[in-house]
Amino acid sequence: MNTNQNEGLLTQLTLPSPPRRSFLGALLVVGGGAVSALLTVPLVRFALHPIFVKTTETSWSDIGALSDLDPSAGPVRKAIQVEQRDGWRKTTSEQSVYVTRDASGQLRVLSSVCPHLGCTVPWLEEKKEFICPCHGGIFSSDGTYRGGPAPRGMDWLETKVDAGHLYVRYQYFRQLVPTREVMG
Amino acid sequence: MNHETRGSPEVLGAVQQSGRLMRWLNRRTGVRNLLHEGLAEPIPGGARFAYVFGSGLLFIFLSQIITGIFLALYYVPSADHAHVTVEYIVKEVAAGSFLRSIHAYGSSAMILLLLLHITQTFLYGSYKGRRELLWLSGCILMALVLGMAFTGYLLPWDQKAYFATAVGTNMASEVPLVGDFIKRMMRGGAGMGTLTISRFFVAHVFLIPGLIFAFMAAHIYVFRKAGAAGPIHENPVRPRMQPQPFYPRQVLYDLAFSAALLIALGLLGHYLPFELGPKADPADAQYVPRPEWYYLPMFQWLKYWPGAKAVIGIVVIPSVIASLFALTPFLDRGLERRPWKRPISVGLYSLTLLGLIALGVISNRNDRRDPAVLQQLARQEKATADFIAAKFEPEEASRTGVPVLSPELEKGKALFSSLACNACHRPDGGGTAAGAKLKGLGKSQDQIKSLLLTPTKSMVAGGMTPVQQPDHDLAALSAYVASLK
Ligand code: FES
Repeated sequence: MNTNQNEGLLTQLTLPSPPRRSFLGALLVVGGGAVSALLTVPLVRFALHPIFVKTTETSWSDIGALSDLDPSAGPVRKAIQVEQRDGWRKTTSEQSVYVTRDASGQLRVLSSVCPHLGCTVPWLEEKKEFICPCHGGIFSSDGTYRGGPAPRGMDWLETKVDAGHLYVRYQYFRQLVPTREVMG
Repeated sequence: MNHETRGSPEVLGAVQQSGRLMRWLNRRTGVRNLLHEGLAEPIPGGARFAYVFGSGLLFIFLSQIITGIFLALYYVPSADHAHVTVEYIVKEVAAGSFLRSIHAYGSSAMILLLLLHITQTFLYGSYKGRRELLWLSGCILMALVLGMAFTGYLLPWDQKAYFATAVGTNMASEVPLVGDFIKRMMRGGAGMGTLTISRFFVAHVFLIPGLIFAFMAAHIYVFRKAGAAGPIHENPVRPRMQPQPFYPRQVLYDLAFSAALLIALGLLGHYLPFELGPKADPADAQYVPRPEWYYLPMFQWLKYWPGAKAVIGIVVIPSVIASLFALTPFLDRGLERRPWKRPISVGLYSLTLLGLIALGVISNRNDRRDPAVLQQLARQEKATADFIAAKFEPEEASRTGVPVLSPELEKGKALFSSLACNACHRPDGGGTAAGAKLKGLGKSQDQIKSLLLTPTKSMVAGGMTPVQQPDHDLAALSAYVASLK
């Protein structure tokens, strides 16, 4: 580039005097800044979208008609379809929950995931207890902790009743902590 | 930095600091010379608004790269997912419709700027005086930009994109001898499908941008080597007019123009978001494809060359015009730059340009006069509007490991869950910390049944208990386990 045809001209050139140059420079910086902000703000929002919008939020899953659910004899195991948003797609997975009653006779839905290390906990009809096959965690029919290595009772799930059907919002909870904490 | 500034000691200190940093950097990079080389470029006759189009092109190209990279955060180039991911960008992602609009309108802006840049160069005779390579690299860049527009258009995989590209790739097959090969090459097969998207994506995102970078560098290099040509009265080889450096005035003009462009794109994107139609349906025989405005003249032109004559219209005439165009600086060699003194070259250029515009206008008018076409176009527009108004529906991901089962296997699966086998073994046959994996055991149903009744020692040691169930349940359960693959 240094053998410019117009090289002779370069020597004649005088760049503008300093005060004028810094004014124009400032104008350039401000103008350039404003223009890049016009693009930068939407770009940042665009890139951060999945972080601020819960694209992995789960929806309500239908457990069944209330009239068909009778947990008076003990917890009833139900398979539910859990729809989960994953960006632009949704996945459907099958999960199992227990429909049971708490001490005051209210319907309660329990996750079958053990709060200890996550095995699926079966209800043992003859013992009238939930007993985890992995490390022997024991829970009563409403999920209350009875014994074993689990740090808390079985986790209850949010429910709602709509048009005679029981719906549950399936969620995962942190294992090995004494309180029920929803996982992202 | 301005050393005349009389300020507080802190300011002075900061200035000295930055001066020192600058020196440090300069000794290692030579940045000062580079900056000087870049900014002090002499412009004979001084800065003008007529010279802004080149910088404008560079600026929009940068904007296309940035918005393109961001769009790739969500876009998936396959026939299955391309459309749904663009729909997701447009309907769900924050600022998605806006950025996609800037990118999509940006392609039109580039072509418009290209036309203005070429027209300015042509009218000013700025290709004269040892500037043949500058012109030729510019011609290649124009072809590459048109290639970007063509390949990018398919990527959303909506009706419009699909059918416009089907027509576009079909045109290639008119080329004698190699035409069919070129078409297959572009499509990745005889028909349009997911391989076509992959090919267009690679061309749009890797191949053509790489070439554009290379030719842009060459274009700018030979431009600087030849120097700015200046106004029409200037001698293109040995400039005589009083020059002015590129910085600051021309930089300001260029920036003001680029800012205006971006603001215009932003306004368009905000108030008139670029449309997205329903997903491509290759079976739709009714669809009337219409290309984007810059391909409309070519589209109309082809209508005049039916059947055997097509090769003349599609190949011969465009090649002749393109060659004449590319060879302009070799054919029009005089140093005379005033357009009114160059009636042949300027006349031919204007004629071509007017011809293209006329073809576009005719195409548009034909459509508006044909009630059948008009009706179909209205239907298509309505379908697009309906699609845009509809709520985004996420794509149903295929459920892995949950195939449709026979009643026997279905029963076995239910037992697998109700007997709490799935406490330790995953229902899809995978293993967990508590239990071995069950898929691919390579055992018959009977073998599994006997293992369920009497587990081996190592199974018992691992926590397996014998399954005491009625025989028909055991049969169903073992059939299910045997079926896991
Ligand atoms: S996982 Fe249930 S007790 Fe350990």
